Amino acid sequence: MTSPAIRIVRLASPVVLTAALVASCSSDKSTNSGARSGAGPGTVGPIAVSAGDKNCQVGRSTLPAGRHTFEITSSTSQVTEVYVYAPGDRIMGEVENIGPSTKRNLIVDLPAGAYEVACKPGMVGNGIRTALTVTGQAAPAQTLDENLTAAVTSYRTYVETETKALVDTTATFVAAIDSGDLAKAREAYPTARLHYERIEPIAESFGDLDPLIDMRADDVTPETPFVGFHALEQLLFEKNTLDGARPLTTALTTNVGKLSTLVKTVEFTPLVMANGAKSLLDEVAKSKVTGEEERYSRIDLVDFAGNVDGAKYVYAALRPALQEKKPELVTALDKRFPALVNLLDTHLAKPGDQGYIAGSPYVSYDALTPEQIRALAVEVDAISEPTGQISGVVTAG
Amino acid sequence: MTETQHREPANGADAPAPSRRRMFGLLGGAAALGAAVGAGGTAAGLDATSDDRHGSQTPGRPVEFFGPHQAGIATPAQDRLHFAAFDLSPTVGRADLVALLTAWTAAASRMAAGQGVGTGAVTGPPGAPPDDTGEALGLPPARLTLTVGFGTSLFTDPDGRDRFGIAASRPPQLADLPAFPGDALDPAASGGDLCVQACADDPQVAVHAIRNLARIARGTASVRYSQLGFGRTSSTSTSQATPRNMMGFKDGTANLKTEDVAAMNTHVWAQPGDGPDWMTGGSYLVSRRIRMLIEPWDSTPLVEQERVIGRHKGSGAPPGLGDEFDPLNLSSKGPDGELLIDANAHVRLAHSSHNSGAVLLRRGYSFTDGTDNLGRLDAGLFFIAYQRDPRRQFVTIQNSLAGKTADALNEYIQHVGSGLFACPPGVQPGQYWGQRLLG
Repeated sequence: MTSPAIRIVRLASPVVLTAALVASCSSDKSTNSGARSGAGPGTVGPIAVSAGDKNCQVGRSTLPAGRHTFEITSSTSQVTEVYVYAPGDRIMGEVENIGPSTKRNLIVDLPAGAYEVACKPGMVGNGIRTALTVTGQAAPAQTLDENLTAAVTSYRTYVETETKALVDTTATFVAAIDSGDLAKAREAYPTARLHYERIEPIAESFGDLDPLIDMRADDVTPETPFVGFHALEQLLFEKNTLDGARPLTTALTTNVGKLSTLVKTVEFTPLVMANGAKSLLDEVAKSKVTGEEERYSRIDLVDFAGNVDGAKYVYAALRPALQEKKPELVTALDKRFPALVNLLDTHLAKPGDQGYIAGSPYVSYDALTPEQIRALAVEVDAISEPTGQISGVVTAG
Repeated sequence: MTETQHREPANGADAPAPSRRRMFGLLGGAAALGAAVGAGGTAAGLDATSDDRHGSQTPGRPVEFFGPHQAGIATPAQDRLHFAAFDLSPTVGRADLVALLTAWTAAASRMAAGQGVGTGAVTGPPGAPPDDTGEALGLPPARLTLTVGFGTSLFTDPDGRDRFGIAASRPPQLADLPAFPGDALDPAASGGDLCVQACADDPQVAVHAIRNLARIARGTASVRYSQLGFGRTSSTSTSQATPRNMMGFKDGTANLKTEDVAAMNTHVWAQPGDGPDWMTGGSYLVSRRIRMLIEPWDSTPLVEQERVIGRHKGSGAPPGLGDEFDPLNLSSKGPDGELLIDANAHVRLAHSSHNSGAVLLRRGYSFTDGTDNLGRLDAGLFFIAYQRDPRRQFVTIQNSLAGKTADALNEYIQHVGSGLFACPPGVQPGQYWGQRLLG
């Protein structure tokens, strides 16, 4: 799970985060500006959200357009998160890492439209959805360029947020290893992997850095010894030891830190995003659905979900532009992404379930039947076709 | 495997090739059409009736896609096969099925004409994935035919559900095949909601076709299994030498000659009144993946192999005779008073005289899928037969053959996959496969 550091960041600055994300769907360039969508705060008062294990109750089903504060109370036993989604799961606002039995606020600017509030116990999957209708002033129409610019801005925020989460969760993982706590280290491993897999194509754009963080035993050459997450995975899950881990944790911390610095230099474009989304799904097809990547821990479905999350974010961010240029693609992807995530959701596991792995929201790859693996592969192939068309659409004149 | 023979009459003027002397055929469990041929081989009065859309055997030429029947049934058997069975995704509805069949029909008609799918392999927008996968670029059409079939599960799924509202239109001929003694069917290599038989004289053309149809299907249907066949085991009209199957015996001797419209109407094409009208002009496809136990067969003495089949291995002639086309006399006895053709010989039990006259249009292919995990050749016959009523035809014949005490060949073969499909009639431009069922 995420370290306290990021929790504090989120607690301290939900407005900033929210505003940055809202910018992705607004022509307003002043991303930190205050209420600008019509109604000011206090029109309807705070909206209570009860985020449970099996429910996601929202105090109101309709709202006037404007800025709203959602007061979230978690009643789950797990860490949860709450999103406000526009169609296509475009994120209007989110609060992650809500601990059990805690309260958090989410402030979001909502133009008129149909939305969903999603509670995600365990922070994965489609979550439990509650519909929300916002009436009144609609968001101003955007040009294609504005839509694309907003998408890029939104994705940059996502990548930076995920990179920060990667740094923090890697720190938690490394601290557990360095403290000699094997069980805690194992439990911390899946979450760090999730954040890495969400932004994997970005990491891959930095040449040597991706292998240093994510190489497999098969990638070892005389010049490149086995290092990174999977070298530690092998120690923890196959060799059942922390002996020899120290040089690996030191290097991992360094390399994840480098990644965090380099991410800020990436020049994001719609094409980079679209190619990244395709690359994420190609990764799923090649090394996740095959159970190749997490061969010692068997948390392949965590990586799978991470890759899908990353691709889905790209799609959601580009969706307004795609809607304008090729609506049939939006129709297809609006169907395919939930289908894939729903299928993944059928493999969620809790402590005590067969195939449960501590720290992982999904069952062990070994617990999947051949038919289940096949079904996952079929969905991945199905979504790859329309996803492969995104780049051509966003770059076409 | 089956057997029958006759001499082909001279082809009609429009027949492109000299008459091919048909050889008897191993057929892995069912009999050949025209089996009851005695001397002269006039199983069905096989005068060539010209049918231009199927007549061309010139390598590389296209076979007409549109017509009253689907191509790939009466079409002279091409050299290569890629057969694929598809399952529709659980969430798919009738509109999705229609959309798939519409897209498939459009793509199939293009590929059969030697054109790329959609905007082609290299002629579409460069920023998008090409519509066509490209490996058939520059290749001739290679007589590609694509034949679609509807499985029993399309009408009624294994849970008894009528997913597409067509259960009432299920033809009685499409009755689930019974279990036959000795079957060792792998469910993963059997059944399927849909099938596509791709045949071509170039394997790459056939594979390209299935690959592109599978790609178009993504999100709607996925491949349940597929089978490559490298050599035809049956011929309908060709000047080539009779092919031998993986047992080393000549195969495909006495198939129905598809130019014989009357015989095709009697034995292959669904006729008005047979069942639901949407199938009129269609045909029923039975597929069986028949694994040959190659190693035991190879170490069997020649006389035993010939006893099992009921023919000489070298010439293909009946026992005691010298020519492949000598008449097959099931009752002839040797000087010792024993039957010349063994009581359990494959040719005897598969013969139409043994099966109430039942015959089939065989269109099977030899396959070799490398070796199994015991190092044995994974080879055999991918049996495909078309017929008007499987209950009366395939099932009758297979009931004669199956079982330990029946066909002597059963010691050396095993049926490991099975499929039953209703292949609707052909389409005209603007129509889609199965439109009379789903439209």
